[in-house]
Amino acid sequence: MTALAPTVPVTPEPGVHRHVVTVSRKLAITLGVVTALSALLYLLAPREGDTSFRLATGTDAVEIGDLKVPGMATAWVCVAVMAVLTVYAAVRTWTNRRTGLWVPILFAFAFLVAFLSWAGAGSDSDIPVSRLIAGSVLLSVPIVFGALGGVIGERAGVVNIAIEGQLLAGAFTAAFVGTLTGSPWAGLIAAVLSGVLVALVLGVFAIKYRVNQVIVGVVLNVLVIGLTSFLYSTVMVPDAETFNQTERFGSLAIPLLSKIPILGQALFNQPVVVYMMYVAVPAVWFALMRTRWGLRVRAVGEHPTAADTVGIKVERTRYRALVVAGAITGIGGGFYTVVSVSSFGKEMTAGAGFIALAAVIFGKWDPVRAALAALLFGFASNLEGTLSIVGAPVPSQFMLMLPYVVTILAVAGLVGRSRPPAASGEPYVKG
Amino acid sequence: MSTADEHSVVPATALVPVPPEEQGTAAPSDDEARWRDAFRRATSSSWAVSIGAVILAVLAGSVMIAVTDPEVQKAAGYFFSRPSDMISAIGQAVGGAYAALFRGAVYDYRADDFATGIRPFMQSLTYATPLILAGLGVALGFRAGLFNIGGQGQMLASAAAAGWVGFAFDLPAGIHLLVAVVAGAVAGALWAGIAGALKAYTGAHEVIVTIMLNYVAFYLLSYLLATPGLLQAPGSANPKTPPMKDTALYPKLFGDKYALHAGFLVALGAVVVIWWLLSRSRMGFTFRMVGENPYAARVAGVDVRRKTVEAMLASGALIGLAGGTQVLGLITTGFGSDIDAGIGFDAITVALLGGSQPVGVLGAGILFGGFKAGGSTMQASQGIPIEIVLVVQSLIVLFIAAPPLVRAIFRLPQPGTRPTKAAKSAKDSKPAPSEKKGADA
Repeated sequence: MTALAPTVPVTPEPGVHRHVVTVSRKLAITLGVVTALSALLYLLAPREGDTSFRLATGTDAVEIGDLKVPGMATAWVCVAVMAVLTVYAAVRTWTNRRTGLWVPILFAFAFLVAFLSWAGAGSDSDIPVSRLIAGSVLLSVPIVFGALGGVIGERAGVVNIAIEGQLLAGAFTAAFVGTLTGSPWAGLIAAVLSGVLVALVLGVFAIKYRVNQVIVGVVLNVLVIGLTSFLYSTVMVPDAETFNQTERFGSLAIPLLSKIPILGQALFNQPVVVYMMYVAVPAVWFALMRTRWGLRVRAVGEHPTAADTVGIKVERTRYRALVVAGAITGIGGGFYTVVSVSSFGKEMTAGAGFIALAAVIFGKWDPVRAALAALLFGFASNLEGTLSIVGAPVPSQFMLMLPYVVTILAVAGLVGRSRPPAASGEPYVKG
Repeated sequence: MSTADEHSVVPATALVPVPPEEQGTAAPSDDEARWRDAFRRATSSSWAVSIGAVILAVLAGSVMIAVTDPEVQKAAGYFFSRPSDMISAIGQAVGGAYAALFRGAVYDYRADDFATGIRPFMQSLTYATPLILAGLGVALGFRAGLFNIGGQGQMLASAAAAGWVGFAFDLPAGIHLLVAVVAGAVAGALWAGIAGALKAYTGAHEVIVTIMLNYVAFYLLSYLLATPGLLQAPGSANPKTPPMKDTALYPKLFGDKYALHAGFLVALGAVVVIWWLLSRSRMGFTFRMVGENPYAARVAGVDVRRKTVEAMLASGALIGLAGGTQVLGLITTGFGSDIDAGIGFDAITVALLGGSQPVGVLGAGILFGGFKAGGSTMQASQGIPIEIVLVVQSLIVLFIAAPPLVRAIFRLPQPGTRPTKAAKSAKDSKPAPSEKKGADA
């Protein structure tokens, strides 16, 4: 029960999970359900008028005008695309073939365009596409870093519920050190170190003392919340200018790339931490999947006994993986105070660590997919703000709820073939 | 923990510790050996670890209080010229803090008479009430192998249901309370049941689902509270419900002078019922079977999926009772979306500290209730942020979860190392084989 994975407890043989067909059928079913629900929504609550998407940002190399489309018609076209994709997924399932990753991605895209067209129909305001993307990228930064850390930890066999704690610790130390030194870089390094520190505590209890990893994670979160809130109240609040007023990273426009229409400003005129994210995702993928270190980490997470037999030091490998994971997660924590806002606040991470955890599972313990899932969550959070501008007919609470509902749907079925590292959550007892 | 282990390894006769009387006959060396044996048993028990963990956590809390105290910092500036200043400043800061904690949690010795002095203790029991109930819920889940982190969501769902019945209906006293309490329990059970059903039938991990359901419940309640005609008080723009009707309130146990309400009796009753359920009933037995080993349970003919759903429903119902006591006992003047007051998460630490045993949960709940009551007094009178309580609580659980660490710090004997003759002669050369196993306990 410790493995943080959708395992069916009654399945006697682990091999059954790996059977592609069983789980892929869930993908087709889930896509079908979402398509039907969207169609139902647009049928029951049709909206008049056009939707206008603002594509230009003012600094593009080629300026594109606003895109004005009839709202409901666009929505229905997208629903049709979704239906086609559902049928495609169903056919692939029937013929026992795997469905590519592009199907859910395209499906999500169609779903979002449909939803935006519907929500923005008849509104006076445009939907600022570039700002929507830029905001999504920015909001997903801590989730992506947290998810990358989570993936590394779980691949090594250590479930990390304490991502939230690592992010919060990173945010706190980044604000503190950043203010004392007057340098956001120093703050970021401090965030990395505090992420590592939390990871080491997790490691000592989970690896050395073999305490249930979920328990350690939950308790570490409470500990970090308590510590940072206590220190915030006793140290930062009385003298915020000296302790809690850090410099932030400014936006850095990349020449040429930032001039690309629509995407340029959104993706390539961002603070340096965002570029670190662009680098970190493929780097973690490469390290885990193509290097000797990664092979060992995965071996230790899948079958520690076998790894031990061929001479890999299981506990040391797990510690090292946790340190790397903690460092990466720490960067995400630093984001809050040296990029986003310049001062720390109580419990300012507000559950991003748990979302990152969901992204790990949504992304099937794969760094790239987990990062994509994190982007999706960032997008959903950002959507709420945008929709309130265009006066969407959905109460804001439901928009805020969306990422969490999506996660539940995802872990219940959308994820397709989903199998956690076999030894995830299992302490290794050398026998 | 250690005693349970001793019983569970009965078949492996070679490993069973030698009972004291047998040892007495084998080694006729008298009372001293028996006393030493008794002492060893006491210090290697889980109680010793629990006490050690509390001591360590309180020490860590003291250090934090001392380090952040402005007087101590001032005195530290001239530590080498007058170290006594700093020591007395530390003593004042830490002593003052714990005195305030005691005044706020147990007995206010500054009060004029006993009736006033005992009020803090009643307050502690009031705070303990939902902690005990929710802790029981989480503990029940643990025993069935389920990690219910969704206490917050279940509290919110049950508070919404119990509160709605409490303010929107007109029923005779007594029946009204009963209906409201049951509505809360059912809402909590259903909210947890979603996670249970998804776990049983799709394999979705309950940790993730319950965490997500926490957020869903929070936003759902926020919506209900912000929408006129649903839970929002009529004629108000605040996201807050109207006050509960008097007929739906838990009666106060000792008059209006004390906050303690009849919900505490519900909590005590629940402790007994869950104890009976887990250790005496067929249902509890199957829960524990599923928790220990679902594969074996299935082979033995237990419907694991059904038991998973049932355990989650029961867990949620208990947490739902906790949500009910919040709105029908403690905060009766209408509530907002923060009505859970972090109890859902505190319940996890309560269950862990209580060793997932009903009586242990009772004790842990009262301890944490005391921390909560005392923490507010500490914050008000000494200016120490109440979050220090979170730090101490989480450290307690962390230490308790790792008995070998606490034993090593206090140099307590590790369980399984027995002073038998053979072990005595060889004890310096080689640790007992079961020492390693202590880590899993």
